[in-house]
Amino acid sequence: MTHSSVMRVPGLVRGAWATLLGIAVSAALTVAIRAAYGYDPLFDGEAITIVSLVTAPLFFLVGIGAFSEWFYWAGGKPTRPEDHSSHGAHSWKDYFKVNTDHKVIGIQYVVTSFFFMLVGGLLAMMVRAELAAPGSQFVDSNAYNGLFSVHASLMIFLFIIPVFAGLANYVLPLMIGAPDMAFPRLNALSFWMLPVAGTMMTLSFFAPGGSFATGWTAYAPLSTEVPLGQMFFTVGVQFAGASSIATALNFLVTIITMRAPGMSFWRMPLLVWANFSTSLLVVIATPFIAASQFFVLLDYGLGFNFFVPEDSGDVLMYQHVFWFYSHPAVYIMMLPGFGIVSEILAVKARKPVFGYRMMAFSLLAIVLLGFTVWAHHMFVSGMQSWIRVPMMVTTAIIAVPTGIKIFSWLATLWRGVLNVDTPMLWALGFLTMFTLGGISGVMLAMIPLTIHVSDTYFIVAHIHYVLFGGSLFTIFAGVYYWFPKMTGRMFDQTLGKVHFWLTFVAFNATFAPMHLIGVQGMPRRVADYPEQFATWNLVISLASFVLGLSTLIFVYNMVASWRGGPRAGSNPWRALTLEWQVSSPPPIFNFDAVPTVVGGPYEYGVPGAVHGVFKPAGHPAEAEPAPQEGRARQPAGAVAAGSTDREQ
Amino acid sequence: MASVEESTKAPEAGESGHRGGPVRWLPLIAIGLVSSLLGIALGVLIDWFPVQASAQADDIDTLWDVLVVASVPMFVLVQTVVLYSVYKWRMRPGEEGLDGPPIHGNTRLEIIWTALPAILLVSLVSYAYVVLTDIEEAQAGSMKVRVVGEQFLWTYYYPSPEGGGKEVAADQLYLPVGKQVEFEIQSKDVIHDFWVPAFRMKVDAVRGITTRYRADPDRVGDYPVVCAELCGLGHATMRSTVHVMDPAEFDRWFATQVQEAKESQ
Repeated sequence: MTHSSVMRVPGLVRGAWATLLGIAVSAALTVAIRAAYGYDPLFDGEAITIVSLVTAPLFFLVGIGAFSEWFYWAGGKPTRPEDHSSHGAHSWKDYFKVNTDHKVIGIQYVVTSFFFMLVGGLLAMMVRAELAAPGSQFVDSNAYNGLFSVHASLMIFLFIIPVFAGLANYVLPLMIGAPDMAFPRLNALSFWMLPVAGTMMTLSFFAPGGSFATGWTAYAPLSTEVPLGQMFFTVGVQFAGASSIATALNFLVTIITMRAPGMSFWRMPLLVWANFSTSLLVVIATPFIAASQFFVLLDYGLGFNFFVPEDSGDVLMYQHVFWFYSHPAVYIMMLPGFGIVSEILAVKARKPVFGYRMMAFSLLAIVLLGFTVWAHHMFVSGMQSWIRVPMMVTTAIIAVPTGIKIFSWLATLWRGVLNVDTPMLWALGFLTMFTLGGISGVMLAMIPLTIHVSDTYFIVAHIHYVLFGGSLFTIFAGVYYWFPKMTGRMFDQTLGKVHFWLTFVAFNATFAPMHLIGVQGMPRRVADYPEQFATWNLVISLASFVLGLSTLIFVYNMVASWRGGPRAGSNPWRALTLEWQVSSPPPIFNFDAVPTVVGGPYEYGVPGAVHGVFKPAGHPAEAEPAPQEGRARQPAGAVAAGSTDREQ
Repeated sequence: MASVEESTKAPEAGESGHRGGPVRWLPLIAIGLVSSLLGIALGVLIDWFPVQASAQADDIDTLWDVLVVASVPMFVLVQTVVLYSVYKWRMRPGEEGLDGPPIHGNTRLEIIWTALPAILLVSLVSYAYVVLTDIEEAQAGSMKVRVVGEQFLWTYYYPSPEGGGKEVAADQLYLPVGKQVEFEIQSKDVIHDFWVPAFRMKVDAVRGITTRYRADPDRVGDYPVVCAELCGLGHATMRSTVHVMDPAEFDRWFATQVQEAKESQ
């Protein structure tokens, strides 16, 4: 390939120079507008940076080729039927290109998210190093505020939310018997907005005045009055959010329209239900955080007065708009994990998921209730006091569907044949740790207690029990569980178990004491603290370093097993769901013959039960009439035993 | 709703249903009860809170104890079932091809574990509501203090005996013991949070509005005032002290302040 063609073909090289072009265009535009208004100085670095943050990523996305088809259409060129030339990955280089294969995108998502998880984890180590002793250790308070702000933002927007989207991207189309996602090009675009957001947030450390340092919550008017680094968050979140919304739309359409014949809603695996629910949350809620950050952007960059009370602004409005997204976001970060755990517990306990329908209904109940609790984050914000009590009631009630799920998982274990391997250990670890996070969540619903413990380490403990002991444990469970499917290799079970136990112990040693120092009166987000908290903070810091190191075992296991692990069969876990009925890794178009679903996804222990069958050639499955949706699950014994190709 | 579909007729389940013998409920429940009691004892004995220096603190600490008592058995229940299941029904060598019994659900159980937590939660919420009205109740003869936060310090304003909206400023908070104080909290710049851990009370200081809370100091002593809302570079150092004093001592202090304020005019 000649030098000039590398510059012209869609890819990272074209993306790089397009980004530079975008910055140049932004600079020219900014200078032109400042000249028109007669502003002085004409050349304002801060203004140019803000415009570039919005514009350059769009140039980058065009450069790598995420919009190529759009231009064909817009230009009136004959639309090219999808030739699937960008499907599948034939070398590692294909993972650095725009690719429309959901399996490639899924891996791109997961690997990218874990990259940012390692960056975010490193920042957490630095936070804990600073907090190991009272006083200032090695960073000043501005740098410290930056460390925990970027840590939280990366973990939430670049790790937990997208890694779930990535896992589902890979397995969800397979689980419902679809050849791909509904909108493969949109899928590719969704992915490529992520590195944009992550790079932007990480680069904020190089901004004059340091990185954004207002927490991941970025409350106004602090966020409208701090140095330029804040804008790297404000704009970065827009790209992460747009990515989320596009993926959620994609999931919704895929789940609604692309299920295999016979897969009624009541035959969908719970992971599919979970992502259906999550996607509803994302589509409805995420525009609100976009709005909250646009308000900040306009106040900051263009002198608007959304949060200037002296000019008819309203400071509390930010928090309402922000939490109207960010509370549902807690469920966006948890429901997919619920789905993963349901899959694993059924397979590893060799039993049907107990109360399948209630499991699905409780997901929907959480979606609904999730929109009615946001102001419990604002019990001490100074908002009108009457709204606190209804929010306390709804917050407590949302524990009911969550409790139904916990108890149903326990009942799924009961009398099973429990294969306690790595994915199962993580799923069981999730059950125990998430229960603790849920309990402290119920405590936090109680207004009088929250008046004392809000903005303390009790909150830090609670969110880490929910997002680490909850979400991250399910993520590890899911990654181990589907690793053989995604890579065609088996991971090292012993290392996986060592990883679990080390993480489990270090996790509790790190976050459990935070409950205590929080109630005792240590506020969060402080670089320095009174002597009385010194001992516990040292313990926490030491434990957190072990926790950080335990992640390296995982990284080593994944990398080494991917490169040289033993070959995995198509169905190493003896699972019934469809993704395990194809080879590992699956063929480029997933299914050589379209499967027909003839029973529920978890009929373990039912003699001869199958979930899906592959019709012999000559009888195209498309011709099958789709069964009625919403039909009652067939009694276990009546499941058609159409095929006996189940691996034993 | 899922119906009772427990079946012991499935061939391989007939065997696996008896794996490890029947569930021994008595020891299981005993272990759960003992663990719960130990957990509750531990949870109540731990010295969680800072010193109590207000009537509110008393109420809130009791609420905490009630929440601990309600929470521990829930946690123990989940742990016990998980650990017992792993202990009793873990896959043993030779059982790799075995499946569990195809139990799909049990309507009665599902109703129980929906209704019982709901009742428990509603009771806790009702109790919390009672505590809330209690700690926010206005007492006769309370005094007012205006608290103003700015990056990164607190200033306290007392109504001047001269009246006419005049105020006496102080850079530390002085309060007489045994008298309810109503704080009116404001901010000059970003959001701060006026927290007195010994009183267990806090509320944000928000630019543009006045926020409030009441406290009933009931213990003489010096306690920290902490800013609990991230407010920028000096957030960690935005601390001050509240001195709760004998009423007579407070009156002397206040008289001096009024005198000084007059002289400085």
